[in-house]
Amino acid sequence: MLQSLGQNLVFGLLVGALYGLVALGLSLIFGVTKFLNVAHGELVMFGGYASFYAFSMLGLDPFLSIPLTIIILFVLGAILYRLVFSRTIKLPEESKIKNTLLVAFGLSVIFQNLALRFFTADERGITTSYFSQAFTLGGVRFPLPKVAILVVTVIFLIILQLILKKTYTGKAIRATTQNWEAASLMGIDIHKVYLLSFAMGAALAGVAGTLVAVNYSIQPSMGLGWTMKALIVMVLGGLGNIPGTIIGGLILGLTESTTSFFISSNYREVAGLVLFLLVLIFRPQGLFGSKEA
Amino acid sequence: MLNLENVNIFYKELQAIWSVSLNVQKGEIVALIGPNGAGKTTLLRVISGLHRCASGKIDFLGRQIEKEAPEKIVEYGLSQVPEGGKIFTGMSVLENLELGAFVKRARKEKNQNLEWVYEIFPRLAERKSQQAGTLSGGERQMLAIGRALMSKPQLLMLDEPSFGLAPILVERMFETIEKINHEGLTIFLVEQNVQSSLELAHRAYLLENGRIVGEGKGKDLLTFESVRSSYLG
Repeated sequence: MLQSLGQNLVFGLLVGALYGLVALGLSLIFGVTKFLNVAHGELVMFGGYASFYAFSMLGLDPFLSIPLTIIILFVLGAILYRLVFSRTIKLPEESKIKNTLLVAFGLSVIFQNLALRFFTADERGITTSYFSQAFTLGGVRFPLPKVAILVVTVIFLIILQLILKKTYTGKAIRATTQNWEAASLMGIDIHKVYLLSFAMGAALAGVAGTLVAVNYSIQPSMGLGWTMKALIVMVLGGLGNIPGTIIGGLILGLTESTTSFFISSNYREVAGLVLFLLVLIFRPQGLFGSKEA
Repeated sequence: MLNLENVNIFYKELQAIWSVSLNVQKGEIVALIGPNGAGKTTLLRVISGLHRCASGKIDFLGRQIEKEAPEKIVEYGLSQVPEGGKIFTGMSVLENLELGAFVKRARKEKNQNLEWVYEIFPRLAERKSQQAGTLSGGERQMLAIGRALMSKPQLLMLDEPSFGLAPILVERMFETIEKINHEGLTIFLVEQNVQSSLELAHRAYLLENGRIVGEGKGKDLLTFESVRSSYLG
């Protein structure tokens, strides 16, 4: 009993790290641009397909193809920003959120149908020789692909934090997030910052897509589910709060796993949504968000 | 150095600035005074490129800047301290100052400029690793000015630097502005604090309801009848 509870908690944490990573890109984009990109799940899907085709056609290991996936999604993000989202940038914050929500919803439908047309409706996944391996610690199994989630998430969290804290570009992103007017008075090209943040957020979605393809399966309609998870996590962690987003992901993972352990796995998703509502009612700034941010 | 010619500005559908012409010469302190809502801040925002004018010409060091992006205008050497400072509260004092030196021209001389700013505002050196959000009102204003100085501007525009400061701090702020000016920086100052800014400025313009209604040497405007009755009581 105790052992299987431990197993559940570990799985919850590992899956939660993936939720955090999916939400990380969404949160970065929202924090900087105030775009609510509900097509984020479709970007995760494209990332999944990128690593799937790199694996099946080029024979690239999914973890080695991550840089390639990042480049593809980064460029896709930049194009999307330029062609579509940049047109809403001058709107006041509230109508920007509403308009991008609508635009992104439309995009998600387009992306799903494009995926259906070009990738077919077949479920895909990536399986390599070492994926069935696991190690055991204190009676709890740690399957390698799930452990990889945590490792990859932590790596990208650190990379993102280093970019934001140490580089001039990262400081420009943070400055624009805090006050875009003051940022442009510093000589920061805020349109470049918006483009870059959007592209980086898309690239992070791509990385998450790789992990989904490795651990679960991918198919054209998978996006909405991941967008929902990312929205829940983003609200849990506090809008635009980067480390909070990862912790929010872990909390959602743990909530789901304990729910399926103590109640029933049928209620997994419900537990996440209940958590979402509770946070919105009692702590709308998020568990780790400050009112100012 | 800075020359505005017949500038008209709309804010949403309303005209905020009516055919304003003014100029700032190298080495001067020029004040733009006027009541709340006269359009002073709007005018500064247009000069900085944050807002577009409907018509008119703005010339800075021989360049037409009325259609330039704000980041270009900073690069050319025109820096604005916005109303209320607008410092980056979630960052350290040092990070704020580093961002002030974001433009390429200033990035190369970042360390010298930092020393210069610390010399002008020793308080900022003491607080450099502190979160900017924890600073007092006076320190925030120092940081906002220091940050603007980090871009090594030729012309510094200040929007209400005395706003919200205690009288003793206002006096010190104006002394600092004078000191910066003596070091060769040209200053364009927007103020509601009429007495102090007219004493400080070489020349001043009086803006009311979006129109320039008076102009002259700072000390002359102090005796100007309508200024006396409207602002000095």
